[in-house]
Amino acid sequence: MDVPHENTPRPGAEEVLRGPGAEEVLRGPGAGGAMGGLSAKEALRATGVTIREAGSGDAVAGVMPRWVALPESTEEVAALMRVSAGHDLAVVPVGGGTRLHWGNPPERCDLLVDTCCLNEILEHASGDLVVRVQAGVTTESLAETLAARGQELALDVPLGGATVGGVLATAVAGPRRLRYGTARDLLIGVTVVLADGTVARSGGKVVKNVAGYDLGKLFTGSYGTLGIITEAVFRLHPIAPARRWITAELPAPRTAATGSEGSGSPMGPGTVEGSGFPVSPGAVGVALAASQAEPSAVELDWLAPSGVLTVSALVEGAATEGRAAAVRDLLGGMTGRPGTTGESGEWPVGSYGVAEGDKAPDWWGVLPGEEVLLELRVPPSGVDGALRAVARRGLPARVRGSLASAVLRIALPPETGGAELAGFVSAVREESGPLGGRLTVLAAPHEPAPQVDRWGPVGTLPLMRRVKERFDPDRRMSPGRLAGGI
Amino acid sequence: MTLDELVRRVAGVLPPGAVITDPVRLRTYECDGLTHHRVVPGAVVLPESAEQIAAVVRLCNEYGVPFVARGAGTGLSGGALPRTDGVLIVTSKMRRILQVDLENRRAVVEPGVTNLAITEAVREHGYYYAPDPSSQQVCTIGGNVAENSGGAHCLKYGFTVNHVLALEIVTPDGDVVTLDADDPGYDLLGAFVGSEGTLGITTKVTVRLSRAPQAVTTLLAAFENIEQGGQAVSAIIGGGIVPAAIEMMDALAIAAAEAAVACGYPAGAGAVLIVELDGPEAEVRRQFAEVERVCRDSGAFELRTAAEPEERAAIWRGRKSAFAAVGRISPAYIVQDGVVPRTALPQVLASIDRLSAEHGIRVANVFHAGDGNLHPLVLFDDAEPGAGERAELVSGRILDLCIEHGGSITGEHGVGVDKSRYMPKMFTDDDLDTMQLVRCAFDPRGLSNPGKVFPTPRLCGEVPGVRKGVHPLVESGRAEQF
Repeated sequence: MDVPHENTPRPGAEEVLRGPGAEEVLRGPGAGGAMGGLSAKEALRATGVTIREAGSGDAVAGVMPRWVALPESTEEVAALMRVSAGHDLAVVPVGGGTRLHWGNPPERCDLLVDTCCLNEILEHASGDLVVRVQAGVTTESLAETLAARGQELALDVPLGGATVGGVLATAVAGPRRLRYGTARDLLIGVTVVLADGTVARSGGKVVKNVAGYDLGKLFTGSYGTLGIITEAVFRLHPIAPARRWITAELPAPRTAATGSEGSGSPMGPGTVEGSGFPVSPGAVGVALAASQAEPSAVELDWLAPSGVLTVSALVEGAATEGRAAAVRDLLGGMTGRPGTTGESGEWPVGSYGVAEGDKAPDWWGVLPGEEVLLELRVPPSGVDGALRAVARRGLPARVRGSLASAVLRIALPPETGGAELAGFVSAVREESGPLGGRLTVLAAPHEPAPQVDRWGPVGTLPLMRRVKERFDPDRRMSPGRLAGGI
Repeated sequence: MTLDELVRRVAGVLPPGAVITDPVRLRTYECDGLTHHRVVPGAVVLPESAEQIAAVVRLCNEYGVPFVARGAGTGLSGGALPRTDGVLIVTSKMRRILQVDLENRRAVVEPGVTNLAITEAVREHGYYYAPDPSSQQVCTIGGNVAENSGGAHCLKYGFTVNHVLALEIVTPDGDVVTLDADDPGYDLLGAFVGSEGTLGITTKVTVRLSRAPQAVTTLLAAFENIEQGGQAVSAIIGGGIVPAAIEMMDALAIAAAEAAVACGYPAGAGAVLIVELDGPEAEVRRQFAEVERVCRDSGAFELRTAAEPEERAAIWRGRKSAFAAVGRISPAYIVQDGVVPRTALPQVLASIDRLSAEHGIRVANVFHAGDGNLHPLVLFDDAEPGAGERAELVSGRILDLCIEHGGSITGEHGVGVDKSRYMPKMFTDDDLDTMQLVRCAFDPRGLSNPGKVFPTPRLCGEVPGVRKGVHPLVESGRAEQF
């Protein structure tokens, strides 16, 4: 089945900017590096792939590439990579461009390989609950196709316009990670192109398969530093016949300024003191995750340091009414406030209580911010401590994410200064570290470069470096994008 | 001799009695569950800690001696087959459950702990460890990690890789490293699980504990033939139900199970289907009614339901005994493990029938129908000249069928030594070379379980511009550089 899909170009991508030096002959490593005497640009054009000059919308974490290539097949990507190898071009793959500002800026970037035209859903084997897609397919267009046959890729990608390849490369997942896992758990096969143009495939089209190494896992979270993902095969799930969200508001933490419960206002000054939370969000998460009503997701939304905490659980599948009631009772019991059932998704806003509906809260599965965005992972027992660590900094921080899986995203105001951010990051790391916490800076302004260690200590760095050296010995794939300058 | 000297030094870093060199005792370890491959190991060591394993591995590096890790030796692909020129590192003394942390739904265990022991340690609290390979009473979690073991319930709950949160490993050059699911960057944890001991040795495993479902209901449906059973499977999955397990057995497998354990399946069944649903009680009840209806519509002539553990065990008895049971109806047999897309099952089963008739070799079919994982049992009489070869041929042809239909040569038993020769049928040279880049990153000298998974080992060579200074071989006077 071939289904072409129109993908929206990245904003600003069509603004063509002709920079000086674009025509210059690039020398490859060693004599004869330039293929057949062609300039890099000529050689790229000779592949037959559409090549354009890079524009202002093409910058990768502030670094401007020279050219943008728009390949339509794995073979075309391989041809581009062979030329890039011959001309020592640094290559960065891009999908929807929704997270190009994440990670470190690349050390250099000559060619942006835009996967927007790798946009075919190659095979939807609905009877096998499997789909094979090109990497540039957006998660929205994929969802639309799958929904036509009552199926879904249970990934809840928190960003509109994101492509399958980009989702894999950055390993982002949304609320239902509690039930279905993340991209690495749903990916069953992958095709990649390496820096030298080698096309490699691992896994396959069946869910159960242990033949050979799982390259898909390796490329998940690789930020384009190992090669370019061109195709992916996912396992699918039937779309649940019904969904119920049960939402509760937990009282705001006590702060030093008020000496009592916070005002619930985003303006509330002061920092959390003492044990902090009148109702422990960590305990709520643990109880819901252990509930035999089996919620698919349990999410938190909180404007630290002193806002009211909102917790919402999703129950989906069959017999949702009874299961939602069980979750509602559990939440009501923990918050000390009996539940009230809202009609068709309405629930009392601004008052503590438990409500239930068939619509998600508007913040559900949405990143808490874009420009200054952090991710905090901690074992569930450390959630309260980690939240307190965030609140103690006193910065207005929007905390949102999976309470049950204890993966929380934190957005700080866009105007947060470099030094302020660095202070926040190191203090939260220091406090949450002993709880088993790990804080990563997903996005932060690159200019002026703040003194922020984006990744924190990474114990596997030596092994990751060795993998990188084998896959990309010349350091031409998104060089420097990952931890430790990988 | 290198190995002798190595063994002497290894004895110095291990507790007394932890090194086995006695030829009679060494033979205990000559094979794993795939018994027709046998190699007596050069030496066996029984370390008690990660540090001891690391010390042994470092010494192996010093002498350039290969090493193989082994848990309980239940693997069915020869993944733990030893080397005469190498050291077998057996984790059977590392069987402590180090931590049970219900709040965080995880347990930390040593690699020699059995799969079932984890569940037994937490069952009273309402938790369990989800992957359940049929050898779960004896197989170790370290072996499960190496093989990415599944089990009957992986249709709904996934495999070992989906339930391991962190690993402590000894790398092939002897470093102790922790791989954590929360690490940023490459999913090395995911790449390590299922690498069959070729990327290092697991010394500690943090597993996810799952909450026991509120309700479990098991259905046994008897059909006149396998096509009807297959139709029921398709209709169940197509109806949006993901059962915890769907297993199917054909008439020959049923006959074997009856002979062995008198499982009492409905007489005259050409196929039986076992469907297990679990989850919240209300959901299970509703879905169960649907499954019953689908089975009847597909032609089931008898349905049995089990809601109590004893009844459930009775239904599962036949299925779980199936592999061993064929010993009752055949002097010898080969257990095959292949995967096809579930929708291709009817075609593939028909082809297996044809192969069977063509070569005069009986094939009993037992399979995880929900995920298309076939376990054909290829039966033969090893006293009959040529029968073994014919059985091998049929067994291999079945894998060809799996590949032709877009499936896999192994769903859960692993490649090991048994199937490395089939890897080039499933993957291109470029695919295999790329996988071996990972091997070279972890194990450039190729000492960790060499000869497994890949048909042709890759010579890793040096990474350009990475290692500086004089090569150790040159420095030690053992090699010259030109």
